[in-house]
Amino acid sequence: MSTYEQKKKNKPYGMLVLTGIISIGMYVGLLANQDLFNVNFAKGGLYAFLPIITAFAFSFIHGSFTGNFWTVLGVEAARKKKEVH
Amino acid sequence: MHDIAQAASNFINLDSATLIYLFLVGFVGGLVSGFIGSGGAFVLTPGMMSMGVPALVAVASNMCHKFPKALVGALKRAKYGQVDVKLGLVLGASAEAGVLYGAHIQEQIKKAFGDAGSNLYVSVSFVVVLAVVGIFVLRDAWKTYRSGNAHAEEKASKLALWVQSINIPGTMVYFKSINAKVSILFTIPLGFATGMLAATIAVGGFVGVPSMIYVLGAPSLMASATELVIAFVMGLGGSLKYAMHGLVDIRLAMVILGGSLFGIQLGAIGTTYVKPFMIKVVMGLIMVIVLFSRALMVPVYMSQLGMIAQISADTTKLLKGVSFGIMIFALALGAFIVLRAMWQGRKAERLQYAKDIMAEAVAE
Repeated sequence: MSTYEQKKKNKPYGMLVLTGIISIGMYVGLLANQDLFNVNFAKGGLYAFLPIITAFAFSFIHGSFTGNFWTVLGVEAARKKKEVH
Repeated sequence: MHDIAQAASNFINLDSATLIYLFLVGFVGGLVSGFIGSGGAFVLTPGMMSMGVPALVAVASNMCHKFPKALVGALKRAKYGQVDVKLGLVLGASAEAGVLYGAHIQEQIKKAFGDAGSNLYVSVSFVVVLAVVGIFVLRDAWKTYRSGNAHAEEKASKLALWVQSINIPGTMVYFKSINAKVSILFTIPLGFATGMLAATIAVGGFVGVPSMIYVLGAPSLMASATELVIAFVMGLGGSLKYAMHGLVDIRLAMVILGGSLFGIQLGAIGTTYVKPFMIKVVMGLIMVIVLFSRALMVPVYMSQLGMIAQISADTTKLLKGVSFGIMIFALALGAFIVLRAMWQGRKAERLQYAKDIMAEAVAE
């Protein structure tokens, strides 16, 4: 089997669906409970860590989803990586 | 800083049109950031303000989308071997100090001259910095293109070679992107300037990336990727500072992040298909176009401060609209160049792949 065919077969469909569902769930949760988030996240002080933790959580899940999204679509880095010194 | 309760009540209502707009601008901003290491904020912040978001909430929310975006972009580009984490952290630390000092200056100017004075300071900073750095970067990219050496390995500038030749005992640090030791007495002011610019015009990379290329001697691809580490450090510190005052609208930040994470992945992939000088082309073009956008607003703020004759409300509105339109154009043009270069790179790669297969078949 050629590398090209192998790459096609090994696309992360499962991870795409899983991270996609979690990501959509997180966005629905955020937008459906706007008032709750607005009040608690704007309290300042130690509550400042809430938006920071949320941002990390979204970057982890949604970042993984978007990475898988482009991979499944076949948009990947050039096979010959640029030589950078 | 705003009163916390007031800040929360200033969070706008989000309708579907606003969500789509933020998502799309986030995508385009992310695409450009993934490619040149920064960008997008100069459209996002005024864009949010035009929707009724208070200035500080817009700045804070933009910052809170910036650090997770930069994190994802830096991780992606690290996979391609383009990130110098040590250089990013060293510059990022001094950039953080620059952000605090820049914000302090902003507050002082606002106190002394009001909103118009603050806006004039921001616009003049935009115009001066972008005129000097943008034209220099664009000129350099043009010279590379004309010389026909676009494929050749980038050479460090004379200034960078001089910086690398200075040995100040006890301050020398080895950076892999430069492949040399450089005194941190040079990196500190560069990081500080990057942070100050980030606090002033929201895009520190317009100084950070060119300074890594021309002053320290880092290749364009590594400089733009390392800028993402600096953006992460600055964004995290800045977000925490604003969040302590309850100014982050997490909904705005996460919706923009939703689009920008699609964009940044694509922009990062794009860097593996293009010649390094394309980083300079995109960055220089955006800088020069944005410069015109901000220059249009200078007379408006000067008139508000009584420095020149009064400009009518209609003319002010027109100038504001045109200025914002030019900024969107700058971002869209950057995104178009990135996508086009990527498309051509992929096409060339597929063609080469087909040729290789044919050659293999013939050989067998």
